[in-house]
Amino acid sequence: MDNFARAFFLTEIVKGFLLTLKYMFFVPRVTINYPHEKGPISPRFRGEHALRRYPNGEERCIACKLCEAICPALAITIEAEPRDDGSRRTTRYDIDMTKCIYCGLCQEACPVDAIVEGPNFEFATETREELFYNKEKLLENGDRWEAQIAANLIANAPYR
Amino acid sequence: MDLIVSIWSDYWIVRTVVFTLITVVGLLIAVAYLTYAERKVMGAMQRRQGPMTVGPFGLLQPIADGVKLFSKETIIPSQAHRVVFLLAPMILFALSLVAWVVIPFDKGWVLANINVGVLYLFAISSMGVYGVIMAGWASNSRYAFLGALRSASQMVSYEVSMGLIIVCVLLTTGSLNLQEIVLAPRPFWIQAMLFPMFVVFLISILAETNRAPFDLPEGESEITGGFMVEYSAMAFALFFLGEYANMILMSAITVTLFLGGWLPPFGFEFLAFVPGIIWFALKTAMILFVFIWARATLPRFRYDQLMRLGWKVFLPLTLFWVVFVAGMLITFDALPK
Repeated sequence: MDNFARAFFLTEIVKGFLLTLKYMFFVPRVTINYPHEKGPISPRFRGEHALRRYPNGEERCIACKLCEAICPALAITIEAEPRDDGSRRTTRYDIDMTKCIYCGLCQEACPVDAIVEGPNFEFATETREELFYNKEKLLENGDRWEAQIAANLIANAPYR
Repeated sequence: MDLIVSIWSDYWIVRTVVFTLITVVGLLIAVAYLTYAERKVMGAMQRRQGPMTVGPFGLLQPIADGVKLFSKETIIPSQAHRVVFLLAPMILFALSLVAWVVIPFDKGWVLANINVGVLYLFAISSMGVYGVIMAGWASNSRYAFLGALRSASQMVSYEVSMGLIIVCVLLTTGSLNLQEIVLAPRPFWIQAMLFPMFVVFLISILAETNRAPFDLPEGESEITGGFMVEYSAMAFALFFLGEYANMILMSAITVTLFLGGWLPPFGFEFLAFVPGIIWFALKTAMILFVFIWARATLPRFRYDQLMRLGWKVFLPLTLFWVVFVAGMLITFDALPK
């Protein structure tokens, strides 16, 4: 009888209707207008790669090739020789972004925090070739995102 | 200028054509923005934003959608019956428009003030099922056929109880003319007596227009779009327009039968300065909101549940209510003279 009355007077359906009405007016939206607004990302976010420099403009990478060795996707190719002043530097530092799996092992392996994965995730291109990054492109990324990368490294430092 | 005035006043056909065009254009705009309202309201109920990109707050989205549908290619399946295939959406769309001639938008604002308006509406809305069946049959596709079968049986089933509900209303008004139905005196106890029928009518028009939770003929998740599955571009657009125009039509009928058409709500005389068409539009919009609200709230019925509701719940209930209303009217000597 109770069941019948509930079905007859549509109480459960009315409850459902009130719930959706409540959601319409009193529950905030969760979607954002993506290209204009962006969600927060973690300091540990592993996005587009960058090669960093010291504040004096000297590139950090010392061509130890640990990143090349650890890269599980074999995306990194490094060639190196001593520079005129005798320091060891890379002559070639390529990352094939189509191979990269964004595991972050390269930045873990790097002893001088030279190769990092920055906060940028919007680097889609129209051709495949544009995703074969060379040293020039990576250093340029580093210059462009340095402020945020440095802040992220500091934010993450207490946890490592 | 005099010539225009004399043509205007001498030839009723000119006036009728102009009024018809205004109605049709207004209706098409209403349909376009009903789709927008649906997406916005459902978005809000599901914590989304709905269309936001085209124009301010996405207000131009329906126009963009229309342009897209216009510019696409109409694909006709090679196994389809071409004539019937193309005729079906036209029939459905035309039927959703012709019914509007008897709807009174305001006092005297009606294209054809005929004395059997309710019967006319009922006949037109019943014919809508032909468009659906033709579409399902001519597509020569299993999904489309299944959708058409579902739609046919569903529309026929719910028309029975809708007819009886309308009889209840007619008992209290004593006229089949929609204007007179609106103007018929409605004491509170008659309104209260008709309220359960109003709820049943709302549910029935959901089924009649194949809307959620009774959208089994479309049933995207089971039969991929039902009778519309083989249609594309303009042919699909006609179905779409027809479906939404039907929703508006059914809401307008509900408003006319139960909510007092163009009259101010609850008989508040001091609200009478607002033009009747505004009240009519607002009340219709309210019913349309219920359509969208139901779609955002309720999951789809199972087919046997739908049939059970139509035949074993609504039919006995409305049948009983016809007798009940008639008995009450005779007991209290309130039958319209």
